[in-house]
Amino acid sequence: MHMQIQPILAALKHHKLATVLIAMEIALACAVLCNACLLITNRLSAMHINSGVDESSLGFIALQGFDPAAARDLDARVAAGLAGIPGVESVHLINSVPFGMQAGAFGITLDQAGKQFRGVPEIYLGDPGTPQALGLKLVAGRMPEAGDYQPIAQGYLPASSNVLVTRALAGHLWPGENPLGKQFWTGENQFRVIGVVAHLAVPQYDEEGERGAEWTVFVPALPPASLLAGTFLIRAHPQDLDRVMVAAKAAIARIAPDAVLDHEWSDTLPALRTKFFRTDRAMAGLLVGVIVALLGVTAFGIVGLASFWVAQRRKQIGIRRALGATRADILRYFQTENFLIVTFGIVAGVVMAIGINLVLMKFFEVPRLPLWYLPVGVVALWLLGQLAVLAPALRAAAVPPVVATRSV
Amino acid sequence: MFAYYLDLAIRSLKRNKLLTVLMVLAIAIGIGASMTTLTVMHLLSGDPLPGKSAQLFYAQVDGDPTAHGGTHREPPDMMDYRSALDLWRAQRAGRQALIADSPVKVSAPGADRPPLMLTMLSTTAAFFPMFDVPFEYGNAWTPADEANRARVAVISSDLNDKLFDGRNSVGKTLRVRQSDVRIVGVLKPWRPSPVFYNVVGGRFANGDTADYYGKSEDVFLPFFTGLEINDGHFQQFNCWGQPPQPGHLENAPCDWVGFWVELDSPAEVASYRTFLDSYAQQQKTLGRIVYAETRLRDLMGWLDYNLVIPKNVKLQTWLAFAFLAICLFNMVGLLLAKFLRRAGEIGVRRALGASRRAVFAQCLTEAGLVGLIGGAAGWLLTLVGLWLVRRQQTPYSDLVHMDVSMFVVTFVLAVVVSLLAGALPALRASRIAPALQLKTL
Repeated sequence: MHMQIQPILAALKHHKLATVLIAMEIALACAVLCNACLLITNRLSAMHINSGVDESSLGFIALQGFDPAAARDLDARVAAGLAGIPGVESVHLINSVPFGMQAGAFGITLDQAGKQFRGVPEIYLGDPGTPQALGLKLVAGRMPEAGDYQPIAQGYLPASSNVLVTRALAGHLWPGENPLGKQFWTGENQFRVIGVVAHLAVPQYDEEGERGAEWTVFVPALPPASLLAGTFLIRAHPQDLDRVMVAAKAAIARIAPDAVLDHEWSDTLPALRTKFFRTDRAMAGLLVGVIVALLGVTAFGIVGLASFWVAQRRKQIGIRRALGATRADILRYFQTENFLIVTFGIVAGVVMAIGINLVLMKFFEVPRLPLWYLPVGVVALWLLGQLAVLAPALRAAAVPPVVATRSV
Repeated sequence: MFAYYLDLAIRSLKRNKLLTVLMVLAIAIGIGASMTTLTVMHLLSGDPLPGKSAQLFYAQVDGDPTAHGGTHREPPDMMDYRSALDLWRAQRAGRQALIADSPVKVSAPGADRPPLMLTMLSTTAAFFPMFDVPFEYGNAWTPADEANRARVAVISSDLNDKLFDGRNSVGKTLRVRQSDVRIVGVLKPWRPSPVFYNVVGGRFANGDTADYYGKSEDVFLPFFTGLEINDGHFQQFNCWGQPPQPGHLENAPCDWVGFWVELDSPAEVASYRTFLDSYAQQQKTLGRIVYAETRLRDLMGWLDYNLVIPKNVKLQTWLAFAFLAICLFNMVGLLLAKFLRRAGEIGVRRALGASRRAVFAQCLTEAGLVGLIGGAAGWLLTLVGLWLVRRQQTPYSDLVHMDVSMFVVTFVLAVVVSLLAGALPALRASRIAPALQLKTL
């Protein structure tokens, strides 16, 4: 490429306004493009959160409208009825599941006096065997045994319980220390850590809250209890799960005519996950649409201006051709010119991209723009510019030398 | 003169169809994107009770008896039962409403359909006139009903359609949990946006506030009747200790009751503020509470405090306007190309006596015309955009539509944007020297 950049720059000086406009358009496109891509990956990565449970084998049934006083009888009837459905491996009472309804957020402290507040984790309550049914993966300590499942005399939780915590919560509460045997409190209720699980997501995952996505505690408990009534975890083989859930929902009307099935939350975990991320998916789709439209409009702008330039310089092109410039020379001239203008735009665009990112970080809690986004965006815009200018440049290259001899 | 400019503009636009189409497309896409999001913003950020919102106030008192750090802490979004009842019984405002939401099982005796799980609002009689709630049949219950814990209810038009096929059901019986209540009123379709009287906890929602724009409750019961019938099913906003009987919150250490007052003049507002402060101070002195902080926000102030506009909608609006800016730049470039290409023609007009101002006006007319056409196309794209929003399953989907004001804004925005875009190229075109152009011919 032995193109002379100097004469191109000199020519651009005569079209300062147009040059600045294209450069500005590229700059804005670059800034919006980088940040829109960031928002998309942000959403997509949120959608791939590890819930820590065997989602494909699990379903959740929520009942409402029954009398709390009759909960014990209802739970026993429903559990037995659901367990009788062919393909059901186990039925457990649980207060909620990942991607299910929010059911047990409690503020916790590291001391009994309630001074050392450490946040509001989500507390899962389940009856004997629930951690195994969920498929929780233990990384330290032990699973709750029969003796760890305590009755709930008053309020929402057992007075004192041996609990499982996630690695994430343990790291938050006792950084760098062995969490096994450590204690924490919520009001009068005391918890002692007997095991640490790899992952267990909160029901209503929120990537931006003060609460971590995996600040969760599993409390072994015995029904009846206000949080442990009318909500069931069903485990089945992944191939049977959909069929089992349809049968389970149909069976409720027969087993528990005194209760109302909560259609919103009664579903398989894969379906609950899909529902949970519906708006994120819609937003990601919208952003992709914006990016496509943005690149389209930018390309149209370049095509329009470049066409105008070619038309304006027909005579000069003719003269250059008459003086011996090849078609390739003319093509390369316009492509180099576009490359230079786009580069000006990109320089400004990178600065703007970082600026917009800072604003988004402040108002929308978006993470910092990873630096590798910038070169990717830059290359994308260079390619876009070259593609957009190709048609007008080819038209320029097609100008015959004889144009030089015509008057206009 | 304008007709002549318009004629010239149409001729010019016809001459270079590609450039014209590109410009119209740029404007249309930019307007379509920004008006779609702007319309959604407009619908979500509007005053849900225009003309009255400035008289409605939400009171906050912090009933927490435990101290945990910080002297200036915001009172919680709801009140404990005792504080709310004290304020209500004091009757210091013209109208006042207690509110508490709870899920409840409802059926119509004799109807074949299975019971429904609905949300019930337990409130006081003044709720309906305070919030301009429209009645189709019957009326609200009376304060006497309230005091007697009468078994009466007001139902939504939706529920009336479902259970009674939309007929006048006043006097009919409704089974709410295990109790029979007599319907005394049926509402007209009522769709406040957001369900403003029930907005709480926005600061903790991280912008995920679409649920505020859902539908209002289907069953309204006198406050104490509701508490009695649905005992054990109430949900706390926050507790500082565990309630001994979950769902029964009357004497629980929990915040769960909302309290609205209607105050008609600044003097009434000031005196209510004083009353609220002195109440909190008195309770603090008595040792029942620790923080004497109170708040009395008007309706719009309360919505602002709760950051009701969903974060996604705000972000989309920003994106759309960044997009419109790019379209604007694009159009400036294209118009510049177009006008300067006609340098010869403009030179001739100038040489024949057209003033700079005339050339400028003519160029702007052309830009405005592009804007008008782009606006029409943009309006169609906005309708498509709104249709897409309606297809999303958000709680506010059914609210999304284009109203007259937004229709006007679409065209105004399109024309203004095009005139802005046209100004610079038109200025450049009007500066073309007549002599220079004539020479090259």
